Amino acid sequence: MMKFAVAAAMTAALLSSTAGVRAADVEVIHWWTSGGEQAAVSVFAKEFDATGDKWVDNAVALGETARATIMQRALGGDPPDAAQFNPGRQYEELIQGGLLLDLTPLAEKEHWADIIRPDATESTCHIDGKWWCVPVNIHTNNWGWASIAAFKKAGVELPNTIDQFIADAPKLKAAGIIPFAVGGDGGGWQINLMANDLMLALLGKEKIEAIYRDKDVAEAGSPDVAKVFESIRTLSQFSDESSTNRNWNDTTALVVNDQAGMQIMGDWARGEFSLAGKKAGVDYACLAGPSEKPYLRLGGDIFVFFKQSDPEVERAQLSLASTMLNPRTQALFNAAKGSIPVRDDVDMSLADSCMQKGIALLKDEANVVPDTNIWRNEAFGNATNALWTEFWFDQSKSVADAQAQFVDLIKNAE
Amino acid sequence: MSATAIGVFVICIVFTVIWSFTNSKLFPTFNFVGFWQYERLWATPKWVISVANIWFYGFCQICANMVAGFLLAVFLDQRIRQEDLLRTVFLYPFALSAVITGLVWQWMMDPGLGIQSAVRNLGFTDFHFAPIANAGTAIYGLVVAGIWNGVGVTMAILLAGLRGVDEEIWKATKIDGIPTWRVYLFVMLPMMRGAVATALILQTVGVVRTFDLVIAMTGGGPGIATQMPAIYVIENINARNVAHGMAAATCMLLPVALVIVLQVIFRLRARRRADRAA
Repeated sequence: MMKFAVAAAMTAALLSSTAGVRAADVEVIHWWTSGGEQAAVSVFAKEFDATGDKWVDNAVALGETARATIMQRALGGDPPDAAQFNPGRQYEELIQGGLLLDLTPLAEKEHWADIIRPDATESTCHIDGKWWCVPVNIHTNNWGWASIAAFKKAGVELPNTIDQFIADAPKLKAAGIIPFAVGGDGGGWQINLMANDLMLALLGKEKIEAIYRDKDVAEAGSPDVAKVFESIRTLSQFSDESSTNRNWNDTTALVVNDQAGMQIMGDWARGEFSLAGKKAGVDYACLAGPSEKPYLRLGGDIFVFFKQSDPEVERAQLSLASTMLNPRTQALFNAAKGSIPVRDDVDMSLADSCMQKGIALLKDEANVVPDTNIWRNEAFGNATNALWTEFWFDQSKSVADAQAQFVDLIKNAE
Repeated sequence: MSATAIGVFVICIVFTVIWSFTNSKLFPTFNFVGFWQYERLWATPKWVISVANIWFYGFCQICANMVAGFLLAVFLDQRIRQEDLLRTVFLYPFALSAVITGLVWQWMMDPGLGIQSAVRNLGFTDFHFAPIANAGTAIYGLVVAGIWNGVGVTMAILLAGLRGVDEEIWKATKIDGIPTWRVYLFVMLPMMRGAVATALILQTVGVVRTFDLVIAMTGGGPGIATQMPAIYVIENINARNVAHGMAAATCMLLPVALVIVLQVIFRLRARRRADRAA
């Protein structure tokens, strides 16, 4: 089997050098549907189509739904040729079940292990010496996106910390601005993301690792964590009524249009600002953390390739994997997506000041904290979604209750 | 044919139950963990709220639909003009998919887009109407949409039931001088038991599988205030937590199983009684 895979990969590599002669369709499932995301994914499609094969786009809105579609099709024996996941444990069963195409020969030929950085990103695809997926970008999940005009209107300085923002929020509200923009769609992932960001900003790296990685129940139940719950409860009073089932890009649009003061969201929100023609530092500000000593909570996107019986398709799959990683595609794609390239040798002249800020922080691995997805499975993620979103929207749920539930989740986490 | 059908259903249910006692993730395994999934299930607020919601929603929905459906049927039974038109109007919502129903009601109840903002634009700036934006009232918003969606079909079935009753009965009650409302309640209703049972079963089945309406209207929110068991099951299966989803599905099956068992017991008793009498 292994020999066959190597042989297939080698023929594929050979064939790809004469691309254009033969062509295959590669169906890709992803959840990039917002304006900025579509601009990014079309870079992949365009670059791949230029090699002679054909990108067959299958966009499914909302990550959760897209992943469910991928899994159902994989279980049903009709997997897509390529599929998007978030790095971490979302695809571990696919690897164990032998459903994925082994990319190791291609990776060794192209020296992925040497060019992809940081280790936290490489290790999500390079597992036990084998390559099972292609990391395409590095997203950092913890940014405050603030409308400079909105803060000016309220006569408030841009905040450096979340505590400062909470203190100033009433002034924003008095000026007729929604102080804090958030949306509750998809089971509450936006609220969970925001809560995880604030946890990191207020508790720091060591405590986050203790809680989420080492399942330290005492730390999860500590008064410091209770304080985070209290800050989030206070923040929840500064959102708007229409937030309950709003998606993230409509939420970002509130900040883009200066209707809202700040949103806490990953760096993919930047794509929405640039699509609207807004300039970093002039129209909007990106606040890492938001904290005075910011960490970067690392996420991103990876693509897996499902085993297919047709060797022609397999050749095209490997060619796509290679295309996704080449420096030109990386530069164009990440500039559109608002994310950081997975390789260091990419022309970053396209990057704006927000991206530069992220790249600078990324240089020191001590600043990097992986997303909780890396340590814990999706069921845990869903449970924390439910916890935070209930706590956010139901003011009758007490801090003590919510924290007790959090401790129980950590205790039983997988 | 019927053996195949029953086989498929029974086998699926049996495997659902078996897997609920394992720790299956994405792929089914037979790694048994006893009642662990059930313990986790009932310790999960999202599930507990789902169960409370379905009982509350189901009770409101079925009561309101049966009562309103019957009243509408009686109204149309008065040989009014334009009956065909009105029947179509009342039945029309049922022809719409629950997703569309949910979206339209979501727009109407959304404070930023719907009734609230429309009235505020008219100058009543203090007007407040945002049921689905509040965790305490969102479920009522769902009930309203559910009634709008389901009342027409109850009406149609009950109207057919009313029309199926022999005209002679009406004449007899006229001669006896019984007031019309009493005839409807105490004569017609018992005589159209079949229609009532059909409408009731349709409503109940609709409630148990409540899914798309909630997804379209509230997404289970605000927070987890309008979660439903069916959503919980799907979500866990999608999150590759199959055994846990199966445990939830098994819990959803229990009330149905209970009804079937009770029915069998009653039938056996009735037969025994009949045997004894003979």
